[in-house]
Amino acid sequence: MAALSRAARLTAKPMSEKGLILDRVTIALGGRQLLSITHAIAPGEVLTVMGPSGSGKSTLLAYVGGFLDPAFEGSGAVRVDGRDITLLPAEARHAGLLFQDALLFPHMSVRGNVAFALPPGIGGRATRRALAEEALAGVGLEGFGERDPDTLSGGQKARVALARTLVSAPCMLLLDEPFSRLDAELRQQMRELVFAKAKASGLPVILVTHDEADAQAAGGAVIRIGA
Amino acid sequence: MLIRLGPPVAILLLAGPILAGLAGTVLPAFGYLPALGGTSFSLDAFRQLPAEPGIGRSVMLSLGVGLVATLVSVSVVALFLAGWSGTRTFARVQHLISPLLSVPHAAAAFGLAFLIAPSGMIARLVSPALTGWEQPPDLQIVNDPLGLSLAAGLIVKEIPFLLLVSLAALQQASPASRAALVASLGYGRVAGFLFGTWPAIYRQVRLAVFAVLAFSTSVVDVAAILGPTSPATLSVRLVGWMGDPDLSMRFLASAGAVLQLGVTALALAIWVGVERAAAMSRDMVCEMGTRFRRDGAARMAGLGAMSFAATVVFAGLATLALWSAAGLWQFPEALPREFTLRTWTNVLPRIGGPLGVTLAVAAAATTIAVAVAIFYLARESETGRAGGRGALALIYLPLLVPQASFLFGLQLLFLLAGFNASLPALVLAHLVFVLPYVFLSLSDPWRAYDRRYDAIAAGLGKSRLRALLSIRLPILTRPILVAAAVGFAVSIGQYLPTLLIAGGRLPTITTEAVALASGGNRRVIGVYAFLQMLLPVIGFAIATLVPALLWRRFRALRV
Repeated sequence: MAALSRAARLTAKPMSEKGLILDRVTIALGGRQLLSITHAIAPGEVLTVMGPSGSGKSTLLAYVGGFLDPAFEGSGAVRVDGRDITLLPAEARHAGLLFQDALLFPHMSVRGNVAFALPPGIGGRATRRALAEEALAGVGLEGFGERDPDTLSGGQKARVALARTLVSAPCMLLLDEPFSRLDAELRQQMRELVFAKAKASGLPVILVTHDEADAQAAGGAVIRIGA
Repeated sequence: MLIRLGPPVAILLLAGPILAGLAGTVLPAFGYLPALGGTSFSLDAFRQLPAEPGIGRSVMLSLGVGLVATLVSVSVVALFLAGWSGTRTFARVQHLISPLLSVPHAAAAFGLAFLIAPSGMIARLVSPALTGWEQPPDLQIVNDPLGLSLAAGLIVKEIPFLLLVSLAALQQASPASRAALVASLGYGRVAGFLFGTWPAIYRQVRLAVFAVLAFSTSVVDVAAILGPTSPATLSVRLVGWMGDPDLSMRFLASAGAVLQLGVTALALAIWVGVERAAAMSRDMVCEMGTRFRRDGAARMAGLGAMSFAATVVFAGLATLALWSAAGLWQFPEALPREFTLRTWTNVLPRIGGPLGVTLAVAAAATTIAVAVAIFYLARESETGRAGGRGALALIYLPLLVPQASFLFGLQLLFLLAGFNASLPALVLAHLVFVLPYVFLSLSDPWRAYDRRYDAIAAGLGKSRLRALLSIRLPILTRPILVAAAVGFAVSIGQYLPTLLIAGGRLPTITTEAVALASGGNRRVIGVYAFLQMLLPVIGFAIATLVPALLWRRFRALRV
């Protein structure tokens, strides 16, 4: 009895905890286990997952974000601020995603991209425009709202993608090698910007990378898989 | 909800009419058709079939023309790809050929007839200077008894189709690195391609080749325009029996349709043998290690055949246009003495009805086909399961089964249901042929779409439907409209489904044009065939202009 109540307390405790908790998150492909992670990420902190390509590190983000390819088998619980999101559909999880490519929607202006990400119910047209411009200014892209995203430089696109993610009021950031396509100088600037924004907004972050410098810049715990 | 219904609806629309139609053909063939007094099964119709005069020759014509047309089309495409893929000439020829895909078969066939007939354009250009002809010579060039002009008409239309499906496969076969590899081993360009790259391409386009063969062995409209007449090919005779006022001929027609199924199946079996033989001889040559470095002649042959095929179609279409506006035009004058709009003004009042039916059916069938294809593909994206070989074979099914074999039965079922000669029935019959082409056209760009956009949209809290409507469909505007234009063109070109299902009460531009073939009024044929060619062009123009205007501000979508 005593053991049982202690176990109940142990599982109950994280319920009230802030941040992102991975509880025995395991991903397998065709019966072969790719990774198994239990970890708590506090608001504003970064968990870096490192592994060679093909190790399945990106599938962790897919599982947490709710878009794991059905070919993979995933199990384990994901909790955000005490809320179990494991069974929620992707659109209810509010996972801000950044990939290698900025993946700006090519049929919307820069501001259109950001405004599309604003949660519904915030203000009217004018307010949403203003908020989008504000978010762009926050990543150093004041006055870029009208531009066609295809005319931006790589670094500018990456910053629009960041602004788009941040205005959607995410509960966490999932980063899939977001700096690897940028050249060395931009890469360092972008790392600082992303991690500073995450800290300022109190977002737990999972960063998947194969670049040691990313892990150092992130400054948090590092889990190595595969190899 | 709608998205979940995509795959079952697509399967129902493709397989349903074919299976029901085949049943409706096979039962009367074996004597069972209670509406006409056939209440017991018998082999009478099959006993009657061999007694039809010249039936053996009709069968041999269908088989021979189909095999020859397919073999020549595939060879020309293979040789052209082998000699020129990756060159600037290739890109130029490809741009020239692509629009030909949208030309309806009947229009291309009329164009060819207007070119090669004894009083046709070619004879006019060389007469009397080279030939001494002051009168059209008494030669049977069009409708020749061996079916050569029929085969030619099929070849010039199948080459663009096979080239375009091969191009899609070529891009996946990483041709540049393969070409570099075989070149580094010392092989000539043509041999290197045929040994190293073509097998991978052929594997992917095999179903399309089968579709070409099935079509060529069973085609009706092209055969009615260019094919032999005494006897005609099997498919043309079937349709004749089917339209016979003596309703008991339906038993014979149904038995003939079953025979047509057998002829097409036999052609496919022979083709598989041809494939084996070609592969074996390729392997034997490969083992000998000959490099075939001097392949200039083969390259020129490939380019020459390809350009010739395209030129023939273009010249034919130009001749059609000339005739539609020709005043007095005596042999052997190369151009009419005067141009007049009289034929157009005479024909236009009569053409309104058929034109309306053509456009209504094409618009309805295309809209439904695009919607079903999108739902099918959206469902596939959701479940992460691509259809695989089984689904592809199902999509090709309407293109592999001879049209007459299931359309006879389908017509019968519609008649019994009191549904025949109605617009919905006609749309449904067109849909069977439009859906596969729309699907084949849309599936590659759909699958090439970056799935991470969906992940991002979901992360931003957007529902899957919202992501589909706000992100995916806008990004895919151009391929969706191109698929629609393809479907529209396919519907415009449909002859047999329209003839049988509309039962003469809902004529379209295509059925009217083919019906004019025997009359021989070139000016009127010119008007109909020109319109038949024009409508698909308008479809493709819209598919090009709309995205360009809609997305003029966004460079990535302008292409």
